[in-house]
Order: sequence, then C-alpha cells, then structure tokens
Amino acid sequence: MTHIRATAATLNGKEGLLIMETDVLKRIPISEQDPKARACNFDEVCLGYNEEEAVAEASRCLNCKNARCIQGCPVSIDIPAFVHEVSVKNFEKANSILSDASSLPAVCGRVCPQESQCEGQCIRGIKGDPVSIGKLERFVADWARENNIKPAPPTVKIDKKVAVIGSGPAGLTCAGELAKMGYDVTIFEALHEPGGVLVYGIPEFRLPKSAVVAKEIDNVRALGVKIETNVIIGKSTTIDELMEKESFDAVFIGSGAGLPRFMGIPGESANGVFSANEYLTRSNLMKAFDDDYDTPIRPGKKVAVVGGGNVAMDAARTALRLGADVTVVYRRSEAELPARVEEVHHAKEEGIKFNLLTNPTEILVDENGWVKGMKCVKMELGEPDESGRRSPVVIEGSEFEMELDTVIMSLGTSPNPLISSTTKGLEVNKRKCIVAEEEFGKTSKEGVFAGGDAVTGAATVILAMGAGKAAAHGIDDFLKSR
Amino acid sequence: MYEILKAQMLAENIYLMDVKAPRVAGSCLPGQFVIVKIDEKGERVPLTICDYDRTEGTVTIVFQIVGGSTARMSKLKAGDAFRDFVGPLGQPSELCKEPIDELKKKKILFVAGGVGTAPVYPQVKWLKENGVDADVIVGAKTQSLLILEDEMKAVAGNLYITTDDGSYVRKGMVTEVIKDLVKEQGHKYDVCIAIGPMIMMKFVCLLTKELDLPTVVSLNPIMVDGTGMCGACRVTVDGEVKFACVDGPEFDGHKVDFDQAMKRQQLYKTEEGRAYLKETEGDTHKGNCGNA
Repeated sequence: MTHIRATAATLNGKEGLLIMETDVLKRIPISEQDPKARACNFDEVCLGYNEEEAVAEASRCLNCKNARCIQGCPVSIDIPAFVHEVSVKNFEKANSILSDASSLPAVCGRVCPQESQCEGQCIRGIKGDPVSIGKLERFVADWARENNIKPAPPTVKIDKKVAVIGSGPAGLTCAGELAKMGYDVTIFEALHEPGGVLVYGIPEFRLPKSAVVAKEIDNVRALGVKIETNVIIGKSTTIDELMEKESFDAVFIGSGAGLPRFMGIPGESANGVFSANEYLTRSNLMKAFDDDYDTPIRPGKKVAVVGGGNVAMDAARTALRLGADVTVVYRRSEAELPARVEEVHHAKEEGIKFNLLTNPTEILVDENGWVKGMKCVKMELGEPDESGRRSPVVIEGSEFEMELDTVIMSLGTSPNPLISSTTKGLEVNKRKCIVAEEEFGKTSKEGVFAGGDAVTGAATVILAMGAGKAAAHGIDDFLKSR
Repeated sequence: MYEILKAQMLAENIYLMDVKAPRVAGSCLPGQFVIVKIDEKGERVPLTICDYDRTEGTVTIVFQIVGGSTARMSKLKAGDAFRDFVGPLGQPSELCKEPIDELKKKKILFVAGGVGTAPVYPQVKWLKENGVDADVIVGAKTQSLLILEDEMKAVAGNLYITTDDGSYVRKGMVTEVIKDLVKEQGHKYDVCIAIGPMIMMKFVCLLTKELDLPTVVSLNPIMVDGTGMCGACRVTVDGEVKFACVDGPEFDGHKVDFDQAMKRQQLYKTEEGRAYLKETEGDTHKGNCGNA
C-alpha cells in the first residue's frame, strides 16, 4: 500500500513526466486495505484515489470526440467532460457535471460494473488499461461530500404531486430527477431506513452506510424530496388510494426484487440455512455485526454460500468478517461467475474458497434440526443454454459431502407481488415482473410508471438508476400533456 | 416517531400499549400484525395487532419480554415513542373474508394461550360487533399471568378459563377444556382458532384432528422485514414451504409441521439471550471476528 502511494506521489515530482510517458497504458493503482486486516473488519476495502492519483489518472483520458464511454453509461454522464475537470483540478465543476446526470455518484463510483459499461468502451482499453472512470467518479463525489457541496434546490415549482414507491437506486433517482424539474415528490419506503438494496443488501465494507449512502440520500432530500419510511404500499395503503385519496398525480414503482429464492432441495428449512437476503439484512440494515445493536446473527463457523453473483460474494465476505470459514459453491466454472471480477478477486484475496462446478442436492440435518453438512454433485459444462452460457451437467457418481454448520442461499431474487396484486389494472408478466415500456417506464395503468428490478428482475444499481431517470422524463411528459 | 398514548403492565413481563399509527389503524384487520422498533439499535419485533381505533388512529399491541429489545420496550411510558411502527402485515383472518350471514350460522371456538390471548381478542370482538357470539377458552400458567379477562368477557359468548396450576377457575390445559366441551358436554363447533405458544397449538391441533374439528392457528415465527424479503419465517404447511409473514400468519393447523416450526424458533435463542443479558447485566460479552 505504501509502495503504491509512493509511486503515485512521484508523479507530481520530477520523475512524474517520465512515468506518465512510459506507463500511460497502465492505470494508476488504487490503494486498498490489506486483505488480512480487512478480513477482520467492516471498514471499506477500497480506499480511493487521493488528489494526485486522481489527477494523474484523469490525465490518461484521450477526451474522445465521439466518446464511447458515454454510450456505455446507463445514465449518460458526460464522462470526458468530468474527467477533464479532474485533470485540471477543477473538482467542483467535475462534481456539477456528475450531478447533472446522476443522483448517486458516490454510490455508482463504488458499485457500478464499470468494466462492462463505461470502462468496457474506453479506447484506452484497446491497448492497455481503460481509464478508471469509476474510481474517478468516486473521488469527485467523495471530494464534494467532504467539502460539503450540496445540490442547489430547484428554482421552479410545479404544483403536481408524484409518489415514488421504494427508496432504492431506481426510486431515489426518479425522485431526484422529478424534484430537479420542480415536482412535489414523496418517496414511500417499506423499511425503517431509506436506501433499499444500498442499505439492506450491499455491505458496509463495499458501500459505507452513514458516511456515503446516508449523505447521498440527504442530497436527494436537499432537492426537496420527502421520504416517508415504514409505509408498505399494498398494505398500509395502495396505489389507488394514493391517487384517489391523497391526490398524487402520478406514481413511480421502484420496489425492487426483494423475494429470495430457495433451491427446493431436502433439508432447506433446517436451522442454519439462510437466504442471502436474511443474512445480509441482519448484518447491513440491522447492524448485527455491531455488538451495540440488538438484532442477532448466527455467523456460523463453517459456511457454504450457494451461488456466484455479487450478492453471493457479499454474503461470503460478510460471513468471513464475522469469523467463519467460507466456501462459495457454484454450479458453473469461474468464467461464468456472474459476480464482478473485482468482487471475486477481493473475495479470494481475503481467503474465501471456491468450490466451482458443484451443485448441492441435499442439506444434511442433525437430530436437533441444525445443519451438519451438504450433499453435492460435481458438474461439467455442456451445450450453451438460452443465456448463451454453457449449461452445467451432473457428472454421474460424483456425489460428495461437505461438513458445514451454515448454508447461505444466494440464488437470485424476484419482485414482491405485494404491489402488483393490490393495484387494479397493473399488468405483470409470468415472472411477476411489472410490465413497463423501456423508454419511459409506462405501465398498463394510466399515470403509473415503473422501473428497476421490479420490472427487469434482479439486475444492477445503475440499470435501476437509468430506468428511474427515464421514468422521470416519462412522468414529466405525462403530467405536462394533461 | 410513533407516540405511545397508553402503557400498562397486564401481568408479569406482559405489557399493553396504545400507539398512534394512523396509516396502520386505518387499514388493519384482525389477524394481521405490525413490526415495531424501539430505537436505532433495537430489533424489528413482530407483534399481532390486539385492537385498533380507526378514528383515533391508534393500534393496541401486547408483548411479552423475550429478549433485549422487548425488555427495553417494557420500560416505555405514555408520552414516549417508538422509532418505527409498520403494518399492517400478513393476511387478515379468514373470518373477515366470509360473508357475515355465513358466519352467523357457524359455531366458533377460540383457544387462547398465555400472551396469545391478545391476538384472539380483536377477532372475538370483531365477531361480536358483527353479531356473532364465539366461545373462548383462555389458558394461563397461573392466575397472575392471565390477561384481558374483563375485555374478553365483554365480547365472548361463553368464556372458559383454565390455569395450569389450578390457581384460578379450574386446573389443567386448554386441551382438557376442549375435550370437556366437545366430548362430555356435546358442544358442536364448526371451526376452532387456536393462538398461543407453539407447543399449545401443536397439541390443540392433534386433539381437534381427532375430533374432526377444522382448526386455524396463527404463527409468530422469527422474521426480519415482514414483507417476504428475508425468508426467515418459512414454515412447512402441507409439505409446501410458506412464508408466515406474507402467506400467513394464519394457517390450517392440521397441516403445519409444528416440530420443524418449534426447532426454527430456537434459532436465535442464544443470540437473543445474549442481548437480554446485556440489557439486564450490562456489557458482559464482546464479539469480533470470531475471536470472542
């Protein structure tokens, strides 16, 4: 770590130019907490760039005329423009460019899969490393927060009320965009804290809650957005009641995909089998990792996490930090792991083991109802399926047992039917996802728009934000046309 | 914040509170529950709704001290507030969905055990308000732990009280009263609704199955969010996995796997116990990275 800092520091010194010239194909390394140390704490893994590092990295940008990176960004941030402002140390201007396009830059800089979006399109990436756009975005957002820069409240007021259901990435973005246009926006959140998956799902060590998420939400509030927690739409009240009795002119549904899936194998209801949602919610939202909080968590000593997505990595790394010996069990090979490369890399560094091409067939249960192990089979990859990935096939006679006390199921999530089943005239598809037009999020019910995981099924923070932003424009068009 | 308008100790370790929560009070029905959270650090505690007043915007809850958060909740007084109060959660009681004329033709027996008397009360009251008299059996460990006796008397058809130790009215378990009523006295019931400790509901169901009396139970398993997100409350009913928070909390008692449900209730016994000990005895333990 110190070594990296030293290299970066020389960039501003006499040798700086030389290094820049010879190493321009390589990105400025990012400093991180030592894997051994961080495996025992919940502090953020990535420490971010300092000013010198950020300026040096920003200087690698070629400032392309036809910037492909912008096309790779679901919220169309003017990337070359903000990166240029970083390179000339005009961080405030860089921040205002980011804020024009994104309501949650400090979040996106941390959790977006940049490698398959903006950075995946970067021309620098053809012959070397792409520009670290994500880390620069994070640097700018963190700088703005540390310097207490708040978004300016809207100058126009439009006397129309919009209800936003859910305060995750889709809802916050939609609310922020509408508030900037001048609408009177109220977010309804089912849990006791706003943030959705940003607070209950993504762990502290990837996305600090009070230092980062709460501050970004404060910024959305600063735009005039009201947030009412503890309101479950479909139970406490309904969309029809919001429109008829509370005179909301339009509604955006960004309720996410919160229902966990289980495998349906024997033993799955045993004590010690958790959904990743439960395990992570206890640790993240309820702060069970912190002794001062009442909510219990059973960390487990020998834990298997079943699944290979980002949520699986989050659950595995949380269990590790709570003191467990953790193995990720995934039915395909490493190349097919849906998790971000960076997350898999971090997990391995921290000591998480991977049992790939392996599929559980039964949870073994002791006489008191607790998990004692898991029966698995080995798999091999066969022909590609509809998703284009080679589908795993069981290897005959490969059955084996793992000794465990805890199994965390991380098999993806689906949308909660609470809203769709209580809203008249709202169409859903066979996966219980709300049917909405991609361009502006229009649903089958007039005045009701939707976006994010509630429409697509479990996806990423940034795609949800993109959908929230698109729906805000859809709602604006709808309200103006009335 | 959700203000407490009334706080009362009903029996040792059992407390009643009226809480201002207009959205919940405006939409809840008997059989549903709420989740309360005392403060920033408290647990989300699921509690079946005991009563509600739509005009006042209040909801009545009854709880027993079982862990750290409930111990702290017991110290709240009128004028204090809960940080969070959310609901109504779960499905309303099946009774509320039946046409009143159909209900009036039915003989309904409620069986309440311990703090389970609280969730039985709003159902009996709701029936009374709709012109249906239901019989109620209330069981308590001992007289001092009997709750809501006067309230229940005012809304029940016949009220039968029994105590495990015989300190009040009669001695014995609720199952003995059911046997007495049905087998000895020849009462005929169309449906039984049993709410109480898991072990009581299990034995009531074993008996009513024998008596061919359809029985509904209300489960209160461990849960976090109460909206179907965590899956902690999963329970096997008729061989199928259900989430008590969204599919329940009421289920056909003859189809519930009680043995599994009881084991699942033990899940956090030690962790909850630790939180309670910390509340009563101060900071006696530290956990970090498995090296506690």
